[in-house]
Order: sequence, then C-alpha cells, then structure tokens
Amino acid sequence: MGYQVSREAADRVFEQLGQDYDVFAPKVFAGEGCFSDTDVIRYGKVNTLDEIEWERRSDYSFKEVLLAVNETLFYFTENETTVPSCGEKKILIFLKSCDLHALKKLDTIYLENGPEDFYYKRLREKASFVLMGCSETCENGFCASMGTNRSEDYDLYLRLSGETVSIDCKDPDLQAYFEKEDGKACDVTPGYVTENAEKVTLPKNLSVDSFAKPIWEEYGSRCIGCGRCNFVCPTCTCFTMQDILYRDNENVGERRRVWASCQVDGYTEIAGGVDFRKTQGERMRFKVMHKIYDFEKRFGYPMCVGCGRCDTVCPEYISYASLIDKLAKEEA
Amino acid sequence: MKNEYIPFPSQVKEIIQHTDIEYTFRMSFSGDVKPGQFFEVSIPKYGEAPISVSGIGKDTIDLTIRKVGKVTNKIFGHYEGNTLLIRGPYGNGFDVEKFKGREVVVIAGGTGLSPVKGIVDYFARHPEDAVQTTLIAGFRSPGDILFKEDFKDWEKTIKVIKTVDSAPEGYDGLIGMVTKYIPDLPLTDIPNTVFITVGPPVMIKFTIMEILKRNVPEENIWISHERKMCCGLGKCGHCKMDGTYICLDGPVFNYAEGKDLID
Repeated sequence: MGYQVSREAADRVFEQLGQDYDVFAPKVFAGEGCFSDTDVIRYGKVNTLDEIEWERRSDYSFKEVLLAVNETLFYFTENETTVPSCGEKKILIFLKSCDLHALKKLDTIYLENGPEDFYYKRLREKASFVLMGCSETCENGFCASMGTNRSEDYDLYLRLSGETVSIDCKDPDLQAYFEKEDGKACDVTPGYVTENAEKVTLPKNLSVDSFAKPIWEEYGSRCIGCGRCNFVCPTCTCFTMQDILYRDNENVGERRRVWASCQVDGYTEIAGGVDFRKTQGERMRFKVMHKIYDFEKRFGYPMCVGCGRCDTVCPEYISYASLIDKLAKEEA
Repeated sequence: MKNEYIPFPSQVKEIIQHTDIEYTFRMSFSGDVKPGQFFEVSIPKYGEAPISVSGIGKDTIDLTIRKVGKVTNKIFGHYEGNTLLIRGPYGNGFDVEKFKGREVVVIAGGTGLSPVKGIVDYFARHPEDAVQTTLIAGFRSPGDILFKEDFKDWEKTIKVIKTVDSAPEGYDGLIGMVTKYIPDLPLTDIPNTVFITVGPPVMIKFTIMEILKRNVPEENIWISHERKMCCGLGKCGHCKMDGTYICLDGPVFNYAEGKDLID
C-alpha cells in the first residue's frame, strides 16, 4: 500500500532522513565526463531530492558505495594493524531496478562465496535501498531480456511528479519518517519498462566446448584491454591487494583493495611471470562466460543484469549484447 | 565477526637454504593444516603472496619461498629472528587417507615439490601405508635442486628418481624431463595406482599425457593448480577457472574433474 505526499513534505522527510542516513544517489557531475564538455553521472552523497538524477542511467553503478574503488583494509604501524571505522550513519542508496538485481550478485560473492567479507558486510547491514522507476529504456540496456526490468525487493520506492511525490515503503524504519507527514493513501506501483530497443536472447547450450569458438577472438581482437566495461559493471566484483607506505614515515602504511579488471594485463599473472590469459580474445571469453554461463552454473542464476553500461562505455564500440545474441543465433 | 583479511604474526623458527634464491622458512603455527594448502604471507607495506605449505611439524609449518616477485624479494631481507605476518591455511589440500594402501607415484617439477612434499614425507615415514611409493622430482639444473637433505632421508624408504633437465658435463645424476621415467615405471597394479603431479602448466600437461598412456584411470590422477590469489577467500576473482574458485574448491583437484578447467 502506498501513498502520496506533497513535494514540500517529501523535502522535509528527506532532511530528517539526512540526520540518520548518508544518502547516495546518481548525480550529474557537470563537465567531468571523459571528453571535453561532457558530463558524467555517478554516485555521490546527496542532501536534497533535487540533486538526484532521476531519469538517465548512471554511467557508473551504485556498487562503489558498498565496494569502494579503493578501500583501505587496515593501517600498519610497526607490527600493529588498525582497521578503519566505517561511520556511524546508516546508508540509503537510490538505484534503478537493474542495479537492485545486481545487488543480489554482489551479496552472492561477498557473503556466500567462502567466508563473509567483513568490510562488505558492515556496510551492507546498514544499507537500505530506494528504487527509482524507469519511464523509458536507456541506451543499450536490455533489462527486459534479462528479466531485471522489475524489482519488488526495495525498501522504499519514490516517484516525483510535479508537486506530488508517490511512495511505497516496505521498511518500517523508513516508514516512520513518512508517517509524520499527512499523506493520501493510494496504490503506488513502481514504473518500469516492458521493452528495450536492444533485445538479447541468451544462449542456452553453452559448455566448456564453447571456449573454443572463434567468436571470442573475433570480438576480442578489437579490444584494447582498458577494463572500463568491468568498472562500470554493477556485478563485477574483482579486486587486487595493494600495499602502500607513507613517504614521510616508511614504518607506516596501509593495505588496500582496489578494483581489478579481467581484461587488463596482469590480472592472471603470477610471480615468475606466468600469465594464464594472454590474449584479449581469451579475456573476452572469460568475462562473457562468467556473466552468462559459469556464475549461473555455480550459484543458480545468471550474473549479467542487462544494464548495458559496458556497451555504452566501450571506446572500441564492442557490443557485449550483440556478442551474446550472436552466440544464441549460432546455437539455433 | 571475524575479519579474515587481518594477518597474524608467525615466528621464523629456522631457515633452510636450498639454492641461491630458494629457502624454506620454518614458521610457528598451531592448527589443522594439510599438504597442498597455502598461506597468504605478507610483508606489511609490500604486499601478500600465496605460498604452499611444504612441510608440517608439531606447531610448525614450512613455507618454501622462491625469490621471484616483489613480496618474496622483500621477505628475504626481513627474516632474521623475526616474525612474518601470515593468514590461512586456505584451500582444500591433499587428503593422504585417499592414497593409503595403494601404489603412490608423486611427480613434481621445481617448486611444485613444495605442495606435495607433505605427502612424500608421510609415505617416507610410513612406507608400510602404501604398496609402493615413488617420487619423480625434476629440476632445471643441479643448482636448482630443492630439499637436498630431505632427499637423503626419502631415499632410505621410498623409490626416488631425482632428475634435472640439463647439467654441466661431469654431473653424475639423472638427466632428462620427468616424463622420460613414466613409461618404464614398474607398476604392479595400475587400476590401484595413484599419481599426484604438481609443477609448471607445461610439465603437468605432458606428464598427464604420459600417465594416461599407461592406461591409468583419470580418477587416479591428482593435480594442484597454481594461480594468482589475492584474497584466498573467494572474493578477489583472480584464481577463478570456469565456475571454480581455485582458492576455495582447490588448489587440489582430481584430474577427472580438474581436466575441464580452462583458464
């Protein structure tokens, strides 16, 4: 059951929320895009509803709120280690349906694959998620093909329309903030797209034999191994350990984990120089098979959510969507 | 909840030098550990490296470290009477119980001997637990031979073939790849023989080809995969092959299952 409140009331609620929550949402960073005079939409802290980009898909996903690009695991001082604190406030994350589906994949790796991850869990436990609906399909997105265009697993749904804000709240803690305001009860259903311009069929008969297909080299030969597809992907979770020491005092330093890309040199290289995937074709195969084949084999559901960010960001215009569609066509 | 990333200090009890660049660090550790498992060994501010357990003693573990990377180079400068930070053990390791009562052939190349050394140690100390134990260990040159003192002990109770790829003139040991010795191994009961092989990927490939030529069932072959592992916890992704995380599900695999793992 949802209800509507005035924009004014919603702003008041949001201000109240800000005292207990750090609110993260997609924001437009004007002029900070990759090319001159372009913007970038990425996650940042917001204090008002006006700061949020409601319509366009963010170029980078919400994942950096839970998994920082570069996260200090602990500080070294002599032989002691100190774990950084992660703040007192709870976390509220605004996201679209595709990303809410991606959250489940992050949880799978960080909470279920091996022991629970200390750093992920402490943030995840205090995070709540606000769904933003989609009024129209985004560039390259194929959420309808992946079944991620709708989600019911939100804590709060918010829609702005002029001076009215429609709300559907499933979380009692968040509900309490809205109950202070006069609201009109009504049915509120999150908006979602039913069709995308990009339509993808998933191949159903992939196996180890698919590793030998020429398609990997065909697509990989155009790849320059920049790793942007991994960094914009809401489901990519790989990292590399990195130790640093402080220049002013070499007895002190820190260990970090930083995002890693399976497309970039060094990802599989071990001491002594053995590199297990040398060509971009092999790396392309590794990435795509993970997204649509082996993750599902291990955990029971596919990894890719069809957000289309990887296709939008690729500087070589390589279309992952058309690659998997072609794999399906080859089967037919 | 436990923070698995925080390493704990372990005292360096003894150092055994094998070659110019390879040393075994005997470290304090009490807890369950199996041959083939590994620890993440760190030098604060320089990084972590996954190192196989090459020996298991009472309240000690052996870590045989080769000076080939940024972290391992640093470890060599930091050892004297000191502690190293470690975390682990990780991975499944070898289950010696599965090999008891059978003919056991261990084939190792270079530092690949480390993860299987615990098995060799066990059957050398308890030769009666196997029908027959053979070790084929290959090294690049006589100067690269590891565990020289251990070889002397092993030769007393099990069959040992210690070979080098090439050697200067006058070397009186065996010369040739490990694969050379497989066709002529005197095996009495092939269906009941287990092969355990660890080494560089190319060596494993040709070793297994030779083993299979002897009509050994695939399920009788055990391998261990060496991969990049930043976390050892199934998170960092670097070691994944197909749907398998080497750090969690491996590094030890039965060949019948492990053969389909492609990088």
